[in-house]
Amino acid sequence: MAKMPAGTLYRGREGMWSWVAHRITGVLIFFFLFAHVLDTALVRVSPNTYDKVLDLYKNPLINVMEVALVGGVLFHALNGLRITLVDFWAKGTRHQRAMLWIELAVFVVLMVPAAFFMLEHTFSRYFGS
Amino acid sequence: MSIAEAPPAEPESQARPQSAPPQERMITLKIRRFNPEHDTDPHWESYPVPFDPSDRLLDALNYVKWNLDGSLTFRRSCAHGICGSDAMRINGVNRLACKVLVKGLGDTILIEPIKGLPVEKDLIVNMEPFFEAYRAVQPYLISHGHEPTKERLQSATERARFDDTTKCILCAACTTSCPVFWNDGSYFGPAAIVNAHRFIFDSRDEGAEERMEVLNDREGVWRCRTTFNCTDACPRGIEVTKAIAEVKRALLFRRF
Repeated sequence: MAKMPAGTLYRGREGMWSWVAHRITGVLIFFFLFAHVLDTALVRVSPNTYDKVLDLYKNPLINVMEVALVGGVLFHALNGLRITLVDFWAKGTRHQRAMLWIELAVFVVLMVPAAFFMLEHTFSRYFGS
Repeated sequence: MSIAEAPPAEPESQARPQSAPPQERMITLKIRRFNPEHDTDPHWESYPVPFDPSDRLLDALNYVKWNLDGSLTFRRSCAHGICGSDAMRINGVNRLACKVLVKGLGDTILIEPIKGLPVEKDLIVNMEPFFEAYRAVQPYLISHGHEPTKERLQSATERARFDDTTKCILCAACTTSCPVFWNDGSYFGPAAIVNAHRFIFDSRDEGAEERMEVLNDREGVWRCRTTFNCTDACPRGIEVTKAIAEVKRALLFRRF
């Protein structure tokens, strides 16, 4: 059988990239849940170890990752609603692009204050007076 | 043999009268080529082609084949967007070479075979897996009982129900634009589902149950991730993702 050429990246449009982002955020959330189950289960092993581990989470890198997690969950949730409408609303497929832009607008509106309040603590600790 | 010398330059004043055609503009076709007899891997080759704003990309490909490199291999037949032979990946998206104008494609045009099917040579792929999926949905009228003695009648509304999916020309632009199909060749793919839709929603047809059974398979409609690449790629403007969604809903609610 002849080889399949890889060639260039397929230049899909909004639909394809939202699907790619949905996949990536889905996998990230899965990995988070894996870590989350492990750290929460530690409380059964030893409450002291649990506290120590959770203290590790108080560094700025983790703080930024938390914001990314909220972003990932929010995108995945909003895009999930869009896909549900595409699947079940008779006119959903025709409005999928508009629904994606609305989804991204809602995403920005919610993420800006969320990121502000989540990062405030880290900012005031490292850059505040 | 000596090479003919260029004629002596004309005086500047006479050289270019106002009405002279402008310098011929050239564009480059960068074609992903593969010859199974010599090559182990596909490679890119570039060809300079004179630019004519009224040219279709197929004209440019013919220019290469007829004037620059006769070994370039691609399918084409009617050249009017009906036969569905010349689907290829043009600047990264699936299009029919005979329908797309050279004009909007830029100075360097990337041309590749459609993705997800084995390449035979240059732009020609083995379409058999595609047609295998097509045959599996039984794309023909199925009816039981006695043959009617006259036409099978249908109202305009009943006809309109599946009008969109009658337009398919089986060019495979949709199926080979589908990320699910690239990664899992056993997925039936958009084109087969479109052609199933054409009969499932036809009031004269009685084979819907059988087709739905086929499409309810693991590799059937549920593989669709609604990326809309197929809808964007279809040269006939079929709302492919919509047709697939309708089959999904018909399966869920048993309404068709």
